Amino acid sequence: MAPYAGWDMPVEYSGITNEHLAVRTRAGLFDVSHMGEIEIAGKGALEAVQRISSNDAGALETGQAHYAGLLTPDGTFLDDMLVYRMASSHFLLVVNAANTAKDFAWISEQVKIAGDAAVVDSSSRYALIAIQGPAAREVLQPLTAVDLGEIRYYRFAHGEVAAARVTISRTGYTGEDGYEIFVPPNMADRVWQALTESGRSAGVIPCGLGARDTLRLEAAMRLYGNDIDESTTALEAGLGWTIAWKKSAFIGRERLIEQRERGLSRVLVGFEMLERGIARPGYVVRSGGDPVGTVTSGTQTPYLKKAIGMAYVPVPLAAPGSAIDIDIRGRATKAQVVPLPFYKRVMG
Amino acid sequence: MPYPADLKYTKDHEWIRLAGEIAEIGITEYAQDQLGDVIFVELPDPGRRITAGEVFGSIESVKAVSELFAPMSGEVTEVNPALKDHPEAVNAKPHETWMVKIRVSDPQQVASLLDSTQYEAQTRG
Repeated sequence: MAPYAGWDMPVEYSGITNEHLAVRTRAGLFDVSHMGEIEIAGKGALEAVQRISSNDAGALETGQAHYAGLLTPDGTFLDDMLVYRMASSHFLLVVNAANTAKDFAWISEQVKIAGDAAVVDSSSRYALIAIQGPAAREVLQPLTAVDLGEIRYYRFAHGEVAAARVTISRTGYTGEDGYEIFVPPNMADRVWQALTESGRSAGVIPCGLGARDTLRLEAAMRLYGNDIDESTTALEAGLGWTIAWKKSAFIGRERLIEQRERGLSRVLVGFEMLERGIARPGYVVRSGGDPVGTVTSGTQTPYLKKAIGMAYVPVPLAAPGSAIDIDIRGRATKAQVVPLPFYKRVMG
Repeated sequence: MPYPADLKYTKDHEWIRLAGEIAEIGITEYAQDQLGDVIFVELPDPGRRITAGEVFGSIESVKAVSELFAPMSGEVTEVNPALKDHPEAVNAKPHETWMVKIRVSDPQQVASLLDSTQYEAQTRG
């Protein structure tokens, strides 16, 4: 177990490689109850979410979710989050565990300004269990009367799993199809056991933080604290698609518009090692011997069996095919910029 | 008793198996368990001299990279050729999977290493 944002989390159960491959080929079970939940409800809820979120919450239907930035006035990331529209005036934000208190304080402050809505940190009201992988549906379906075939990608439904009242969301952080299930904490063990039992014949195994990290990296999903933070903007992080330019004012918008007009100086790219070596977060990116950037994530991926990573590099080096060196403990090791994501599942 | 009595150990979780002036060096069961899936091991070429207590290579797992510390000083005579294609042997059989062989230059250094009982006690912290 490893300490993680105040939680004791298993890094691995049966080995990162084994768990990673299970998710890509069968399914894996994740306890991600550490994730924070913040709810915003009331007459002014939409207005409040529109103010704090980079994405257009007005475009969400009830029962739909999307990815968004929770931005500072500088357009950098206070956090990243999933925004769920629970009802027309009720939103649930799923945020990073380490940031929940900071996010809650910030959002509460902003909502005071924006108007008529209540903000509640309801993290302790939800356990979150994810089942991810091509077998996720066949494992989960026998445990619920909800027709999982009716839940489209980034949609969710309320119902029961193993007789526990839950919300089933077709989302995840692995690049694989699957579900995240919001469960009352006192029912979490029951749901976990039921999924374990149901998944046994399909080879479903529990997965820890280690595999979660290698899976999300293959899928090029950003990790807060590594790839994005309060020093990096949504544009630099390659997350321009989460910015709803056309909606009226939101926090960070002016600076992002400025940056878009001025042009970026650096941007997050994916790279693949050409020589033997694994890039790790914090390693220096070099070009012609000069330091030009920093690795934010890096590993040897169990599925693609390549050493890959993400790094901020100057825009002239950002085009796929660009040659860079990663300084691996003093040794300049050749790498090449490649398009993101590294892994994209075949849509079923 | 997972730690063979014929090996000597460092506090940094390497082991050394002395046979005359030649010694094999590897990492312990405890180390492989902490590292998780080993992907590759970076080792010095034969002929290189390594110094007791200093870094002589590194080991990469999916999780992290760790440095390898020389239990004793000497000249590398051989690098385990099997590790290139099968680094996972370090996980499977850590105490049988040697990484390098060295010709030890100062046999007295063995006195400063831990025996299996002392090492095991250390891993239980």
